[in-house]
Amino acid sequence: MAEITKPRPKFLTLTEIRQPVSAIVSILHRVSGAGLFLCLPFLICLLQLSLGSPENFQTFKAIVGNPIAKLVLFGLIWAYLHHFCAGIRFLLLDLHIGVEKPQARASAKGVLVISLAITAVIAAKFLGVF
Amino acid sequence: MKARIVVGAHYGLKDWLAQRITAVIMALYTLVLGAAILFCGAAESQENWRALFTNPLMGMVTSLFVVALCYHAWVGVRDIWMDYVKPASVRLTLHVLTLVALVGYAAWAVRILWRL
Repeated sequence: MAEITKPRPKFLTLTEIRQPVSAIVSILHRVSGAGLFLCLPFLICLLQLSLGSPENFQTFKAIVGNPIAKLVLFGLIWAYLHHFCAGIRFLLLDLHIGVEKPQARASAKGVLVISLAITAVIAAKFLGVF
Repeated sequence: MKARIVVGAHYGLKDWLAQRITAVIMALYTLVLGAAILFCGAAESQENWRALFTNPLMGMVTSLFVVALCYHAWVGVRDIWMDYVKPASVRLTLHVLTLVALVGYAAWAVRILWRL
């Protein structure tokens, strides 16, 4: 038995392990959720301004027009979409749908691609590309 | 004396389920809001935007979304603290701060919607 057992790594050195794509989706689910939570006050503030008086709305437009705020918002839109897509994937896995390795890998890749693609489309729309 | 452990097995299933139910509520709401923006021009002007949320049904559904969001965030953020923060005193403090923040956010958002 001793000959067949490969020596196992004693510590999980996260930077040296090549993460499978589902692990990347999983940790990004956590990261995006944490990011959204931390930015909640900013988002509620934007909602309040967008629904407020015309002056409030002008402030809203000024904030959203700021390049840095725009970048943060694109990041948050990605975070929401990734959390949304990965969340649906997790719900399906809970229902034992797509639990086989090939399907699980494919759906994980799908989550990454779809959330990035929709973010790109929304960002392009905001930047006036179309 | 046996050391007390500040975690429990009792709330696990309930919160696991709540996290999923709130996720489904939010996912459905996201589709409704997305459809309103894409097909009804809800984001074309501030009038349309305000009209969308002044609608009593939409106001109610949005409030439901806000409550679902805060409950969902509570379970998720609590899991993060439980995974990475070892000292019970620090963890407990973070739990309380998270709860206070989320209850505050929910009240703030619902107030915005109710005052329209």
